[in-house]
Amino acid sequence: MSTAALHTDHHHGHDHHEHKESFISKYVFSMDHKMISKQFLITGIVMGIIGLVMSLLFRMQLAWPDEKFGIMEMLLGKWAQDGKLDPNFYMGLVTIHGTIMVFYVLTAGLSGTFSNLLIPLQVGARDMASPFMNMLSYWFFFLSSAVLLISVGVETGPASAGWTVYPPLSALEKAMPGSGLGMTLWLVAIVLFIVSALLGGINYISTVLNMRTKGMSMNRMPLTIWAFFFTAVLGLLSFPVLLGAGLFLIFDRSFGTSFYLSDIYLEGVGAMENIGGSPVLYQHLFWFLGHPEVYIILMPALGITSEVISTNARKPIFGYTAMVISLMGISFLSFIVWGHHMFITGMNPFLGSVFMILTLIIAVPSAVKVFNYLTTLWKGNLRFTPAMLFSIGLVSFFISGGLTGIYLGNAALDIQLHDSYFVVAHFHLVMGSSAIFGMFAGIYHWFPRMYGRMLNNTLGQFHFWITFITAYLVFFPMHFMGLAGVPRRYYMFTLVKEFDVWMDVNKMMTIAAIVGGAAQLLFLWNFFYSIFRGKKSEQNPWQSNTLEWSAPVEHLHGNWPGAIPEVYRGPYEYSRPDREDDYFPQYVPDESDNAGTGGDGHGSAPKRKSTKKEEVAENVMFAAIKRVFGWS
Amino acid sequence: MANHQQAAFEQQPMWAGGRSPFNVSYGKLMMWLFLLSDAFTFSSLLVQYGAQRFSNVQSPIVTNWPDPAAIFNHFPFMHGLHLPLLFVSVMTFILILSSVTMVLAVEAGHRKSKKEVVRYMIYTIIGGAMFLGCQAWEWSVFIGEGATLYGNQFGITEAGQKVFGALGFGDHFEWQPEYRTAGPVPFAALFFIVTGFHGFHVFSGVIINVVVTIMAARGVFERRGHYEMIEKAGLYWHFVDLVWVFVFTFFYLI
Repeated sequence: MSTAALHTDHHHGHDHHEHKESFISKYVFSMDHKMISKQFLITGIVMGIIGLVMSLLFRMQLAWPDEKFGIMEMLLGKWAQDGKLDPNFYMGLVTIHGTIMVFYVLTAGLSGTFSNLLIPLQVGARDMASPFMNMLSYWFFFLSSAVLLISVGVETGPASAGWTVYPPLSALEKAMPGSGLGMTLWLVAIVLFIVSALLGGINYISTVLNMRTKGMSMNRMPLTIWAFFFTAVLGLLSFPVLLGAGLFLIFDRSFGTSFYLSDIYLEGVGAMENIGGSPVLYQHLFWFLGHPEVYIILMPALGITSEVISTNARKPIFGYTAMVISLMGISFLSFIVWGHHMFITGMNPFLGSVFMILTLIIAVPSAVKVFNYLTTLWKGNLRFTPAMLFSIGLVSFFISGGLTGIYLGNAALDIQLHDSYFVVAHFHLVMGSSAIFGMFAGIYHWFPRMYGRMLNNTLGQFHFWITFITAYLVFFPMHFMGLAGVPRRYYMFTLVKEFDVWMDVNKMMTIAAIVGGAAQLLFLWNFFYSIFRGKKSEQNPWQSNTLEWSAPVEHLHGNWPGAIPEVYRGPYEYSRPDREDDYFPQYVPDESDNAGTGGDGHGSAPKRKSTKKEEVAENVMFAAIKRVFGWS
Repeated sequence: MANHQQAAFEQQPMWAGGRSPFNVSYGKLMMWLFLLSDAFTFSSLLVQYGAQRFSNVQSPIVTNWPDPAAIFNHFPFMHGLHLPLLFVSVMTFILILSSVTMVLAVEAGHRKSKKEVVRYMIYTIIGGAMFLGCQAWEWSVFIGEGATLYGNQFGITEAGQKVFGALGFGDHFEWQPEYRTAGPVPFAALFFIVTGFHGFHVFSGVIINVVVTIMAARGVFERRGHYEMIEKAGLYWHFVDLVWVFVFTFFYLI
């Protein structure tokens, strides 16, 4: 039934690219979006492993500050002589771990992979708008990764000013060992990264706007596409500001200007010739990128979750329009809340309260998303595939991490909690864990689409449960440590007797981190084994509605052998009562009429009769609303 | 048949897929998106300029920010005359003229007149190159007077202010060392970075224009059937021009 919809008339002229491709043009400088997405994914996974190992190393330092580890000396050489981690390198590890995870894994690895894979396939395009720019985007990303990894190996060590690279540590070459060449290379890597993000983002936006297939109106786009679209808009508008900040920082470092350096005194004497600048200015510019960056990380994961949850609950996503509007709201708000990262850097208290109110408003669209996920799950025919589990895991992390965002958004509370482990707990749950869970969900869900084979289900289940539990074990106790005043970015706490009580918790967290890290080996084995030996995938293994599953399992340059399928309805028509199958793909025409265009894409389905229970629930809800607003 | 399809296409709702909602090619859309992004880059630079400048305000009224009219008052071959902002006005005029010739080139492209496209593009390139040359002269004079990235000797003393205030346009004028004093440090550095960044954009614009002109002259667009590439280069060129209006305003006028 589903193949009938594919207009398989081959003489419907378009270029097929049947000519033989060389190894270089097929696997290295490929212009096929599917290959580029695999390149992004593999690079992201490699960077992820490096970032993960770094985190394990500094967690070991935190748990056993006096212990000596042979493995550290083996891995880090002169930075861990006799197996004892060097304090300077500890800062370097923290910085590079943050940079890798934020930019290289969760920005490029997540949105690069899935935007590239899904945008053309789900909107029904032969490829990205500009395949050449797409290829450039990957290779700039690759260069950037290479420069960053090289910076870890330089004599004076990698950048050590934290992933936010605040001046003066980042602006003065002699501030600390990592402020030298390592910092310069960090800036070069980030500039290359910005170029890559720009090339990618321009491509994603124009593909979504211009290349949709017939019938794919904006309100029939899967929520993944909406999420990638807004992500690209955020990147397009916020990365240039970091570029401006980086430019001035490079001048401060290498050409003697002092934009970000004000008078620095050592023992009462002006230590530097640089005067007149302001490090706070840098922070404003950095966080103008930095806050949208959080949503650049999170939104693709949310989009993937919407798709996976709806498919595996066999139910339409609850509140499609609300989901889109909330994405829009989050995107808009993310540009005007950067000040909440700077409550204690010195800010007019009035401005502080403006930022606080705007920050707290973000809770509204976020809550809309969370409740829509929960209501989509409610009474669904849940299929607990690994992708579904990871998506539910995302919702869990998004709730538990998002709630502490409301604490941290309060200027008064933030003064206590700033730069403590509470902040570490918050962002590792809400953007770290939930985004990486979204990424795993995407990998498990679309692996058949990428490689034409299935991932092993059992290994996926184990991978999920171990990762889920250990992630909570690592990050949840940090809340309590932070409330007790334990600061972040400290090499060891043995000199502060008050913090001795946390030693055992630190050990527990480190052990959990090691177990969680080891669980990723399951995933890696599963991933690389299945690429070559996995079970062959069916055409549409998850009985999904969206367009990407109508393309042949074998990858073609141009995606569909015949004409591009047309789209007849919204992407979430699962379990329609008038249908025998519990799904109704977008590309299958209605039997009754062939009207492919027009209509809002959701209206064509006959209204489902609400059940008794739902009626009761509705009545209770209306009664409550009436009571709240005082209607009688 | 083709006409029928075309008519059917145009009847399709704007956003229903299968067509571009803005009736533009993806390439032009990409250029607009890039310009949007680049506008944010320039905004971030100008915002930094504003922040640095206003953090050097001594009181709400008195600022020791150097007076551009007292610095940029040179003109080639007119040494020693006080001609505030004359040279930069000429520069700006040249750049705006080059935008006009760009419009003419795009218009000629719509008429598919290859000869005219090439002619107007060459005028545009000459305008861009002249602007760059002017900028080089402006920079070299500024540097010759002692501008550095890390210092600023362009504050005016009270004695200087007295002399300077009495000057009229075109009066003979010689700076004495006692007229000048140290001013806010980032003044010259901001000037060099922001006008330099803009100059880099003009430079790349000239390169782009040269490339598309060669393509047009070789008949590439004629064979392609449209001169959209000229339009895209034009979008970029006008953007660079527009940015200059802001840079000019911030650095020379206020």
